Amino acid sequence: MGTLIDKLNNLNKEHADIISTVEFNYSGDLLATGDKGGRVVIFQREQENKGRAHSRGEYNVYSTFQSHEPEFDYLKSLEIEEKINKIRWLPQQNAAHFLLSTNDKTIKLWKISERDKRAEGYNLKDEDGRLRDPFRITALRVPILKPMDLMVEASPRRIFANAHTYHINSISVNSDHETYLSADDLRINLWHLEITDRSFNIVDIKPANMEELTEVITAAEFHPHQCNVFVYSSSKGTIRLCDMRSSALCDRHAKFFEEPEDPSSRSFFSEIISSISDVKFSHSGRYMMTRDYLSVKVWDLNMEGRPVETHQVHEYLRSKLCSLYENDCIFDKFECCWNGSDSAIMTGSYNNFFRMFDRNTRRDVTLEASRENSKPRASLKPRKVCTGGKRKKDEISVDSLDFNKKILHTAWHPMESIIAVAATNNLYIFQDKIN
Amino acid sequence: IIYLKLFQEMEDKVTSPEKAEEAKLKARYPHLGQKPGGSDFLRKRLQKGQKYFDSGDYNMAKAKMKNKQLPAAAPDKTEVTGDHIPTPQDLPQRKPSLVASKLAG
Repeated sequence: MGTLIDKLNNLNKEHADIISTVEFNYSGDLLATGDKGGRVVIFQREQENKGRAHSRGEYNVYSTFQSHEPEFDYLKSLEIEEKINKIRWLPQQNAAHFLLSTNDKTIKLWKISERDKRAEGYNLKDEDGRLRDPFRITALRVPILKPMDLMVEASPRRIFANAHTYHINSISVNSDHETYLSADDLRINLWHLEITDRSFNIVDIKPANMEELTEVITAAEFHPHQCNVFVYSSSKGTIRLCDMRSSALCDRHAKFFEEPEDPSSRSFFSEIISSISDVKFSHSGRYMMTRDYLSVKVWDLNMEGRPVETHQVHEYLRSKLCSLYENDCIFDKFECCWNGSDSAIMTGSYNNFFRMFDRNTRRDVTLEASRENSKPRASLKPRKVCTGGKRKKDEISVDSLDFNKKILHTAWHPMESIIAVAATNNLYIFQDKIN
Repeated sequence: IIYLKLFQEMEDKVTSPEKAEEAKLKARYPHLGQKPGGSDFLRKRLQKGQKYFDSGDYNMAKAKMKNKQLPAAAPDKTEVTGDHIPTPQDLPQRKPSLVASKLAG
């Protein structure tokens, strides 16, 4: 991938700081992270004309706020986690920035705005805000605007609550910029961004008898251009594409994507590892990508029978499934993402490794996001996992992998070669510098 | 014929690491559900989130985590069996969440 320069943000080890979602906005100038403690931190890219070559495009903290608090559901005596499951930006329409952030139950629309001026010279109040006695005012003046230190304010503009019985796993803004969907394990709802007291249920897979439950919804996304089309993935490894023009309740899919499985190779683990943890449309809208436990698959929307590409992320784990089941790692939900031109895809793995696949050259690389093994401004060294036999120098054996160091969340700048990688409670930003 | 059967079993283990792992798992947990990895996980997933008996129980658990001790019953209270039942006065205030994420620091 050429030379990479990395920049690190360091954190103390605290559970609340575990990053749970990462998302660039449409221009790539802003990068939002959500964490287990319900906080959102937004980074902004520095402007380029600073005279210092190395500060080109560094991301610095722009705003931080508490999005969600822990709650208690009195009816069910259940704790509702404040962890931010997903953040999705709205396209920018004016000077302010808007994003949706969600925990398990409630979605919030946040407005992030800048204030760099304040008014001085009021008639009815003096400079510290105290009201002046009107009888003492002898002259009128026009207040003037004076510059002040930049203040970035985040305020909740809408709260979309009480629409999900189960846990929200996805939100997706529609290309109409007016609606968005939210998906939980069994249902998908359609919202209007202006209306908080109502939402339409568009998918409901809850069986009449819960004993008959065989699959759940794992992810959902709107098509990037066709505002009537969305997809949702399931725990059985299938994807359904739905068209909202055909009926109000999209329980019947327009397209059904499933790769045929060889029945003789079926095992206890087959269904668990086929569960799709993430689904993402390509920017072109012609393809979609799914992530299951061991691989990433690219599907052509015109071909439901099988994916057009399958990329192995960490096939060496297939012979470790027993232990991965025992330590629950087999249920880890990895995300995946496209680069701006759809020529490359990226996903995370264990041991702070992440994988990138070039779809054109068919080359792939394993890189590591860790402070110990890389220095700022140095190139990242490709890593290799040794699967058996003699371990070469610099290779790491499967048994030495640290399964607590998972990279579940990654994001790719919409246009440039910049990626954000969340490694537990650390955020890494890598840039590709072409000399 | 016996030779062929042995060969087939060996082939299975060699060509399917997954099946070998399955055998390992079944050996460790013979009572593992017959349905391959299905509904039990889903039901557990749908019930995610620790359940408390009631909101008082929830606040007690939070207090326990923060202070590592229960609010003690006053010595002159008689007929207290088991844990002290909280009244609004002795429920600890929930501490506000940290405003500053370390990521921002």
